[in-house]
Amino acid sequence: MDYGLDTKSTRLKTFNTIFIITWLLIACFPFIWTFWGSFKVRADFFSRSDWWYAISAFNTLIETGGKFTINAYTQAWTEGEFWKASKNTIIVTVFVVSISLFLGTLGAYALSRSTEKYAFWILMAALIFRAMPHITLVSGYLFPFFELQIWGILPTTIVVLVAINQPFTLWLLYSFFKTVPKELDESALIDGCSYFQAFRHIIMPVMWPGVITAGLFSLMLAYNDFTVTALLLNQENHTMVPKIQSYLGTNQHEGNLMWAVSAVVSATAPLFMLVMFFQRQVISGLTAGAVKG
Amino acid sequence: MPNKTFFWFFLPTGLAMILFIGLPIISTGIQSFYAQHDQVVKEVKKCDPFGCTVSIVVDNETTSKIREAKPLGKFNGFGTYTDRNHLAVEEIKKFWNETESFGAFVDQVNNLPFYKALIFTLTYCLFVTPNVLLLGFIIALSLNAVARKIRGPLIFGTILPMIVTPLVGSLVLFWMIDSQGIIGANIQNLMNDPYLSLKSSKTLTWITIIIYGIWHHSPFAFVVFYAALQTVPQEPIEAAIIDGASRFQRIKHIVLPHIYPVVTFVALISLMDNFRVFEPIIGFSAEGSAQSLSWLIYDNLVNEEVILFGSAAATSMMTIIGIAILLAPVLIRTWKEFKTAR
Repeated sequence: MDYGLDTKSTRLKTFNTIFIITWLLIACFPFIWTFWGSFKVRADFFSRSDWWYAISAFNTLIETGGKFTINAYTQAWTEGEFWKASKNTIIVTVFVVSISLFLGTLGAYALSRSTEKYAFWILMAALIFRAMPHITLVSGYLFPFFELQIWGILPTTIVVLVAINQPFTLWLLYSFFKTVPKELDESALIDGCSYFQAFRHIIMPVMWPGVITAGLFSLMLAYNDFTVTALLLNQENHTMVPKIQSYLGTNQHEGNLMWAVSAVVSATAPLFMLVMFFQRQVISGLTAGAVKG
Repeated sequence: MPNKTFFWFFLPTGLAMILFIGLPIISTGIQSFYAQHDQVVKEVKKCDPFGCTVSIVVDNETTSKIREAKPLGKFNGFGTYTDRNHLAVEEIKKFWNETESFGAFVDQVNNLPFYKALIFTLTYCLFVTPNVLLLGFIIALSLNAVARKIRGPLIFGTILPMIVTPLVGSLVLFWMIDSQGIIGANIQNLMNDPYLSLKSSKTLTWITIIIYGIWHHSPFAFVVFYAALQTVPQEPIEAAIIDGASRFQRIKHIVLPHIYPVVTFVALISLMDNFRVFEPIIGFSAEGSAQSLSWLIYDNLVNEEVILFGSAAATSMMTIIGIAILLAPVLIRTWKEFKTAR
């Protein structure tokens, strides 16, 4: 927003610049630091004697002969079986995104074109469902899933994540479909299309921007989830985030911190790249429900 | 849209939500009235040349038989809700009668697991939510004033803390703040106290988790406020400038009233998210000094000997009630608006 009449004093400008730089440092430095540290050995990144070792790479030089090492990565991906976790994450993410978009577009389209009272109540119920802490839902799942013997496998987790994701997807796509003019599909109905045909041939071609935003959010939910995947999957099927937690170790067995560091970097990098690419969609999605009030 | 068409369009997503969100809540409700079976014990008489001794051992066979017959556990009514690990009705009564001052009473109550978790969860919400709103708004104002060309990368940098999962976000911070990390070690040097560390102090742990919460949630508030700022009309602002309003006055009297609905939206969403705080406790390995309601449920569910379904379910139900209380004002307001709109 450019104020035509607004002139800023230099002092204000300097203050503003300093503030933004400080904030960006706070926001980004931890990631940069972790990325840097993932190429060091444990004795450097978690140094007991001197934190400067993380920069001068004192122990890394002694242990590996170079200033940087990719040992943590190779070990975590092979020995730590991080490849398996990322394979599981890819499976879960792909299925969750496609299924929840399929269900979500149909449902949200119906909601946006319905003039009945129940559409409002369904949206309210979805809002309440959105507020449920995931862990309370998981505590409801565990017992029935044990009894039905469907605990620990990927399909169960996929279905659960799709369901948990539906309220948000419905709200997002609902507000998006509201902006698509009604006349568009109404004229198709007059020409003799069924509702499904109108949806298939008239709405689908114009709905991509909204679908991409909703898809990104489903992806981030499935990719980032810890609560559901940690408790509903067995060791063998763990996705990346619970895997990272298992590297941390517990009181009983010691973990391997450097594996966790490199795994964090490996898991975060694709996400950052994706968001960099789709930044506009992420921001429009976050504000979709909000700006209209 | 005719009801029948609506039904078929909505069926898949409705079914998914009923089966995996509606039913689990009911299932949690039922489970909360049951408790796991006690272990059956039997007396075993052992005789040897020096005489007979009677010892009590666990009868594994009978125990597992009972567990198989009634996997849900034994009916416990509201027993789980009132026991020491939850509402602790008897303990509270006892403390109330025994302690002399109110402060001592609060101290005692603070040692009960459920109240301890509740207090942490509420403190976290209370400190994080307003700060998130404030910081998010300041960043939005500040970024709104820089040249349009460089805003893209600045926005990307700003939203990074939000897009990583809370576990990863808290780990990344923890590795720096820990006594062996870059910030922790420097603070030790600065304070000249080699034993200063996150784990040693409860207050420090709470402050760290709250700071983490602000760091993680502010970008969300920023994004929404930033988008809302783009819709503020220019004419009133220009008029105010001509009338000699200061920058602060312009924000207070023009910008804030305009984006007010958005502020309530952000406050609501961030309150809901803060109430379920859980992953940072694991990321900071702060279980010792900070426990939240969600963490209590998680702890019951990963219990090593036997999963405490009943206990977890009772905490879950109380968390849901808490959420309902938080949401109630919004729901009532929406309902009133809906009624007047009709």
